[in-house]
Amino acid sequence: MSKRKSKETSSANEECISQVQRIFRERFCHQCPSGKLFGLELQYKHLLELLKRTTIHGESNSALIIGPRGSGKTMLLNHVLKELMEIKEVRENLLQVHLNGLLQTNDKIALKEITRQLQMENVVGDKVFGSFAENLSFLLEALKKGDRENSCPVLFILDEFDLFVHHKNQTLLYNLFDISQSAQTPVTIIGLTCRQDILELLEKRVKSRFSHRQIYLMNSFDFKQYLKIFKEQLYLPAEFSDKTFTQKWNKNVQSLSEDKTVQDVLRNHFHCSKDLRSLHMLLMLALSSITVSHPFMTGADLLEASKLCRMDSKANIVHGLSVLEICLIIAMKHLNDVYEGEPFNFQMVYNEFQKFIQRKAHSMYNFEKPVVMKAFEHLLQLELIKPVDGPSVRAQREYQLMKLLLDNSQIMDALQVYPNCPTDVKQWATSSLSWL
Amino acid sequence: MEIMSTRQQCKRIYSWVGREKRGILIKSERSVKEMCILVGEFVLVEGENADQPFVAKLLKLYEDGSQEKRAVVQWFSRISEVPLNKRKLLQREVSSQEIFLDKVPGYDTDINVEAIIRNVKVIPLAPEEAVPLRSHRKQIFFVKESWDGKCFKPLSPGLLSELKEEKKKKPESLSPSTDCQVFPLDFICSLKVETDRVTRSAMKTKNSQMEIESRHSSSKSSLSKERHSQRVANGIHTPGARKKLELNSPTKSKSKLTGCDVLELLSDDCDALEALEPSANKRKVTFTQILGSPPKISRTKDEPDSPQNNGGDWPKIVETIRISPYRRGQGSSLKAKNLGEKDDDTRHFNGRNEEEETEERARESRKRTKQAITSTSSCKSDTNLAEEEVLKTRSPVMTPRSHRKCVQKTTARIAEQLHFLNTSVPDEEDNYLPSTDSSDSSSSEEEESVVPCTPKRKIRSSVTLSTPKSLRKPSDTTPAKTTRKAPEPRTPKTPRNATPRIPIRKQATENPDNVLEEARLRLHVSAIPDSLPCREEEFQDIYNFVESKLIDGTGGCMYISGVPGTGKTATVHEVIRCLQQAAENDKLPSFQFIEINGMKLTDPRQAYVQILQLLTGQKVTAAHAAVLLAKLFCTPGPKRKTTVLIVDELDLLWTRKQDVMYNLFDWPSQKQAKLIILAIANTMDLPERIMMNRVASRLGLTRMSFQPYTYKQLQQIISSRLNHIKAFEEDAIQLVSRKVAALSGDARRCLDICRRSTEICEFSSQKTASQLVSMAHVMKAIDEMFSSPYINSIRNASLHEQMFLKAIIAEFRRSGLEEATVQQIYHQHVALCRIEGLQIPTVSEIMAVCSRLGACRFLLVESNNKYLHVRVRLNVSQDDVMYALKQE
Repeated sequence: MSKRKSKETSSANEECISQVQRIFRERFCHQCPSGKLFGLELQYKHLLELLKRTTIHGESNSALIIGPRGSGKTMLLNHVLKELMEIKEVRENLLQVHLNGLLQTNDKIALKEITRQLQMENVVGDKVFGSFAENLSFLLEALKKGDRENSCPVLFILDEFDLFVHHKNQTLLYNLFDISQSAQTPVTIIGLTCRQDILELLEKRVKSRFSHRQIYLMNSFDFKQYLKIFKEQLYLPAEFSDKTFTQKWNKNVQSLSEDKTVQDVLRNHFHCSKDLRSLHMLLMLALSSITVSHPFMTGADLLEASKLCRMDSKANIVHGLSVLEICLIIAMKHLNDVYEGEPFNFQMVYNEFQKFIQRKAHSMYNFEKPVVMKAFEHLLQLELIKPVDGPSVRAQREYQLMKLLLDNSQIMDALQVYPNCPTDVKQWATSSLSWL
Repeated sequence: MEIMSTRQQCKRIYSWVGREKRGILIKSERSVKEMCILVGEFVLVEGENADQPFVAKLLKLYEDGSQEKRAVVQWFSRISEVPLNKRKLLQREVSSQEIFLDKVPGYDTDINVEAIIRNVKVIPLAPEEAVPLRSHRKQIFFVKESWDGKCFKPLSPGLLSELKEEKKKKPESLSPSTDCQVFPLDFICSLKVETDRVTRSAMKTKNSQMEIESRHSSSKSSLSKERHSQRVANGIHTPGARKKLELNSPTKSKSKLTGCDVLELLSDDCDALEALEPSANKRKVTFTQILGSPPKISRTKDEPDSPQNNGGDWPKIVETIRISPYRRGQGSSLKAKNLGEKDDDTRHFNGRNEEEETEERARESRKRTKQAITSTSSCKSDTNLAEEEVLKTRSPVMTPRSHRKCVQKTTARIAEQLHFLNTSVPDEEDNYLPSTDSSDSSSSEEEESVVPCTPKRKIRSSVTLSTPKSLRKPSDTTPAKTTRKAPEPRTPKTPRNATPRIPIRKQATENPDNVLEEARLRLHVSAIPDSLPCREEEFQDIYNFVESKLIDGTGGCMYISGVPGTGKTATVHEVIRCLQQAAENDKLPSFQFIEINGMKLTDPRQAYVQILQLLTGQKVTAAHAAVLLAKLFCTPGPKRKTTVLIVDELDLLWTRKQDVMYNLFDWPSQKQAKLIILAIANTMDLPERIMMNRVASRLGLTRMSFQPYTYKQLQQIISSRLNHIKAFEEDAIQLVSRKVAALSGDARRCLDICRRSTEICEFSSQKTASQLVSMAHVMKAIDEMFSSPYINSIRNASLHEQMFLKAIIAEFRRSGLEEATVQQIYHQHVALCRIEGLQIPTVSEIMAVCSRLGACRFLLVESNNKYLHVRVRLNVSQDDVMYALKQE
């Protein structure tokens, strides 16, 4: 009887856990506009009012949303658009054109995309994608035909706005901004960029036509708010099916946020980067450790996740190297120390290695030169070392100049955790002069 | 349309008629046809638009010093040449065939003889006479009033009689049926016309066949291509579309047809016969009528080629045949659509009595036949029989024609074949149509409206497939090549120059409901102010410049410079607006205004394309446009209005060879060009800096520079825009103006700040009643727009990001260089972390921090994968960084 009951509870638990996983995965990995905005109320209001005026009053505008990566520019815009679309007269009146600087790499492609998104190809018939010039004049004519009272406002959203700046003559930007400053079809141009110097990139005529409306997103919250956000992000929604589980889970989150180790982990993370996307990454990693047998998140989980996040990728590679390769890296390190970071070639490394073998090594086997060469090339493939000049320079392989892409501290750290490292190698690593 | 077809010969020889230069003989190399134009006749003169040649009366012929044949003409204006705003002076609909005696001063009446295309018939009408609508062709023009650039006046009786005199003076000349127009309301007259025509045609028969041949072959001649290639460009798609139009309504209003429609067609036919070059085919048509076509005639009003119209019915043959050799009927088929409604007017000219009589008879006969009919589609055959009836009633009129046996035979043969293989008719016609290539102005609209009907194409193509080649025999005048070439232009289904449009909004825009919103609306840059304050001087200068050139009828260039937002384009547009107004009020000669913008071109050479398109509506390639424009501006074109061309953002028209700029500035210096160019750019010394000497020299020294606005001017601009709306405190306006004047003097900026201030004001004072934009609001707006974002951003960066910036500065100080590698900075960073007691970040974390800062452009980071050896520089001044970091 009790067995069956426990089975039932476990299956119920299983159900809960899978739901929890689903909810959080959605929250962390998708940029769903249902998520919450933190500390962006003013910007939100500004943007919302701006777009409302465009759609309702037919007022042309232009604005830039500027903020570092992961500060929620797109999310802000999506939130605003979502709210706008709930207003009936906006939904029926607004045309949207979404462009991305990474996709529309030149004005020609951008124009085609605009024509497509405005669904005007049918007007051109077979000649949808005529020449660039035709396309431009077609589009300009189309937009010129409209006026404030009668035309449907068009919202242009230019993601990665800074990349549009590099298009030839900034033709697209000039024309869009020009329309927004003249009595034609009402348009609003919203640019999203992370570059703070974006205005300096605009050509003077384009700049003059831009309204200089800039909406900055700054991640301007302190650690207390960060903790709050952390809690908000982890709380289960009230509409979760299993109420008792929700209660337990939320209680656990509350206690987590008060836990010292958790706070330390979060503080370190906060110091490193403030953006919420990296917090999501951390929580996602912690979340993946949740199973039926381990239904609640613990401080240890977060610590583990944080370790994963902070992992040094290059040092990780070093852990998987052979002893010979480690020796080569140590030899390079010594060369770097001696020559103050000047580049080296294989022959130098080999000589250094030979010195070590002859004078110091007791456990090391003296490898043939081709074997050492092979190990050296493996390091090259792993990009732990990098040729100074491009591959085009045809020097003999032994004499090609290289640079080590590891810092001394990284090498020493890696050696600390390297399994079964011979002691003489370790000693050699600490000091190249110890053989004296 | 057929104007073109008549002059498709590759070379034409002009020679005098008689020693005293009584007339001119135009002979083409390719054909035997000769055209004789006598002094006093009306001629078509080649113009900039090949589809709309000028109409003129030949007054005098002479030879100038260099043995060049010249002619003095009296111009006539088409309605399309009259400015739009003046057309309403007429207070009536004007058919495209009505022309006006041109008394506008300033047109060169001395032309080169080679510009004459051919003669044309112009019929003078007394003021009380209505302009007949019956003719479908453009070959006949009617003149009723004169036009002197200001108003329309009826022709003075003396002039009218003079014109008529000239008509009568030479009835043996090439337009023999003029008397018909002089006494048009006579039944007997039409008989007379018939005979007249027949005699005339008899003279010409031997030539006609050859003529037709030459015309067909010449359609592929290279010269005609070159001469009127633009026709091909905009005309080619027309036939297809029109075809659709015709096919579109095959069942439309069949039952509505009456005999008068038939009469309509008959009279059309008469028109055709009155044409200047009658041909055998036309006569064939009439014979078919007499022969009595097979009873299974379907009524064709406006769908001569509809598949349901099985061959053998005479109206179709009329259409088909007329279309094929004459390249006509394009307009007619279109117009025919309207004929139903226009019946009355049309008949009016043709002789009302006759028409009414026939109609009555037709009605009677219909009644009769209705009872008698037992065969298939009752409605169809009903009308058909009625038509036959009508034919009978008219047959006496036509009898003279039946003398011509051979013609009769061929016609019968054609009729037979058409009847036998009725499907071939649409096909053939299809093939003819593209080469006929008309393009009247309304065609594009027509096409648009017809576009959606798709199934027609299927019909057409299937027809094409089923047509045996031999079928084309009956129209043996058509060379095979034409038929083969024809299908290609069919493809465009939609006009290339369709007018695109943004969808219309569903809900109306809301009107501003408070003072601030009203102010915002007025302050928007796009709002067009009633007047442009603060640019009065510049306005006057530009106005005077253009005005003087307009009055002199010469050309010239003016270069206007000024930093962005100083009102260059706005002022120039204002000038043009005023000039246009003046021209409307007849204070100035009328002119054509076009505008191009360097920024709106994808390539400097596209400027040619745009100019040509704006001037003449043609769409050609850049290279060809350059040639056409050069021809337009450099050859002594008769009767051209002055063109005012605004070239905005001139610097973007720069090419390595500077040919675009060179040409632009070279044209105004041509005597005949009558081109005024206003070039606008930002830099004052643009001509000296980027232009070659020869270009700069052509641009001339008429320069004007727009100074940035001073704060007083900005203040005035804002107040004039607000126009007594009390939304701003005076001080606030002054603050904005002073701030902007100090920064750039850009009026756009000024208005933007004001607009933003109203928003801030509205946002902050939602509760309080006082809705006046104050200094604080303006300050906030200015701060938002101009404050450097760096310091604020740095303050909001994460701790390690700030630390990294500190480490950079520390490293710079250590090394004394303004550049460091990430490795070096990392060491500094680690040291700083040790001091602060922070957790030491890994290299990966540091790299991430570095790339984040790089993405925001606090740092300039080398973009390669050197990892630790990537070099980094600061993009912000060190002082700013220190200032931002110290405050904490």
